[in-house]
Amino acid sequence: MESLSNRKKVLEQKPMNFWERMYLPAIFKGMAITFRHMFKPKETIFYPEVEREFSENWRGMHSLKRDEEGRERCTACGLCALSCPAEAITMVAAERKKGEEALYREEKYAATYEINMLRCIFCGLCEEACPKEAIYLDGPIVPADYLRKDFIYGKDKLVEKPLTELIKQ
Amino acid sequence: MSDKVKVTIDGISVEVAPGTTILNAARQIGGDIVPPAMCYYSKLEGSGGKCRTCLVKVSKGSEKDPRPMPKLVASCRTTVMDGMEVENITSPEVVEAREGVVEMLLINHPLDCPVCDQAGECSLQDLGFEHGAAQTRYEFDRRTFERIDIGDKIQLHMNRCILCYRCTYVADQITDGRCHGVIGRGDHAEISTYIEKAIDNDFSGNVIDVCPVGALTDKTFRFKNRVWFTKPVDAHRDCPTCSGKVTLWYKGEEVIRVTARKDEYNEVEEFICNTCRFDKKKTSDWVIEGPRAIANTSVISSNHYETLKPLPVIQQNPALMASNKEEFERTKKS
Repeated sequence: MESLSNRKKVLEQKPMNFWERMYLPAIFKGMAITFRHMFKPKETIFYPEVEREFSENWRGMHSLKRDEEGRERCTACGLCALSCPAEAITMVAAERKKGEEALYREEKYAATYEINMLRCIFCGLCEEACPKEAIYLDGPIVPADYLRKDFIYGKDKLVEKPLTELIKQ
Repeated sequence: MSDKVKVTIDGISVEVAPGTTILNAARQIGGDIVPPAMCYYSKLEGSGGKCRTCLVKVSKGSEKDPRPMPKLVASCRTTVMDGMEVENITSPEVVEAREGVVEMLLINHPLDCPVCDQAGECSLQDLGFEHGAAQTRYEFDRRTFERIDIGDKIQLHMNRCILCYRCTYVADQITDGRCHGVIGRGDHAEISTYIEKAIDNDFSGNVIDVCPVGALTDKTFRFKNRVWFTKPVDAHRDCPTCSGKVTLWYKGEEVIRVTARKDEYNEVEEFICNTCRFDKKKTSDWVIEGPRAIANTSVISSNHYETLKPLPVIQQNPALMASNKEEFERTKKS
C-alpha cells in the first residue's frame, strides 16, 4: 500500500568497512567536539549570586504594596484568602486609631497578614481578587529554608519598605 | 366565586387572597421571578415604596379592565387584581429600569465593601451584582456625613445609608419609645437619633438586622472577621424578653456574632432582644440546633468542604503518619 505522507525513509544497513571497524576515527571525532566546547561560553549561571531575567508575567514572592503617600493599601477585606485555592493566606483585621492615618490608608487594616509559602501555588488569584491593588506577586523566587515554620511569611517580610527607607539605601 | 384572585407573574399563575401585593404574590411562587426589595420588609407595617427596586410591569390590569398600567409600578405597594398579568424579568423595560434604580442607589454609596462588615450578606451588593452596571457614570463627590456615635453597641455609617426607612419603622413598631428617625430632606436626609441620644431600648439591636446595607452594623463584631469566614449555627435559649431563636456566627470555637435568623429574602424570622444579641456570646449560653442552611449562591457557603470526606478505599498509612508527626515535632522545637 502506498504511504499517505510519503515521508518514510528506508535505511540501508551496509556492512562496516575497515576504518569503521577500527572505531578510532569516530572516537577522535567525538573527542574533538568535547574539546571544542571548553572554549565556548558557559550556559550555566551561579544562582543565587547571579539571576536570570524573569519573564514579564512571572509570579514570585508576594509583596503588600503601599500607596503614593507610603500608607499600606491592604484593608484586610479577606478576598485574597477567599480566592486562594490553597488556603495559604490568613489575616487579622484591626481598626485604625487616631494618629495612624499616615500608616494605613483606610479605617481598617491588616494587623497580621500571613502567607504560608509552602501552601502557596503562585497562581496569582489573590492578586486578581484584590480590590485595593494591595498584593502583587512581583518578588523573586521564595528562598529555601530548613524549617516549615519559617515559610510562614508575616507582614515583616511581605510589606513593601516605605519609600523613605528605599531612598536611604 | 371564590374569594381568591388569580394573578399571573411572568407566565406563572398563582391564586392569592385579595389585598395581597404583587411582591408577596411573587414570593408565594418563589424562585427567580421574585422582584428584589431593598426597603419593603414583610414584618414591618407600612414599609416599602421607597427604593423602587421592585418595579414591575403590569401588562394587563385585571379581568374587568384589561388595559395595562401606564407606568412601571412598585410591586411592594400595588395590590393584585383578579386576572392581573405582571411581567418582571421577562420585560426588558423592567430590567432596564432596575439597572437605573441600582445606579441611583449607588450614586452616594461609598462602595467601601472591602472595609464594610455587611459585605457578603449585603442586599445592595447582591442587587448591584445581579442587576447593576459594572461602571459608574457619576463624576461628582459623593455625599458624606460626619461620623455620629450612637452608642457602644451599634455602629452608624451614614455614608452607606440608602434611606430605606426600615430602621425607623423598627424604632417605631418594635421598640417603645421612638428615638431614632430621619431628619433633613432630599440629599441632606439622614437617619439619626435625635440630639445624639443613644438608643438603649431592649430591641434596638434589630435595626442592624433590618438594615439592607452596612449603614447600621454590630459594633461588637466590628472588623472581627469577614462574614464568609464564619460559620452560622442555629441556636436557641430561654429568653424572658424574646423568642431566643438566633443564628450564632462561629469562628473556630468562639461566637463572634449573634443575629436573628434570616430567610431567603434577607428578612428576620423573629426579632431578638439586645441581651441575646450583644451579651450572650458563649456557647454555654445556647442550645445548639445545627448548622444554618445558607444558599449555595452565597459567598458565605464558599470554601466549605465539610462534606468532602476521603473515600473508604484510601487506607491510612501508619508509616507516613508517623513521619509526618516527627516532622511536625521537629518544626515545633525551635
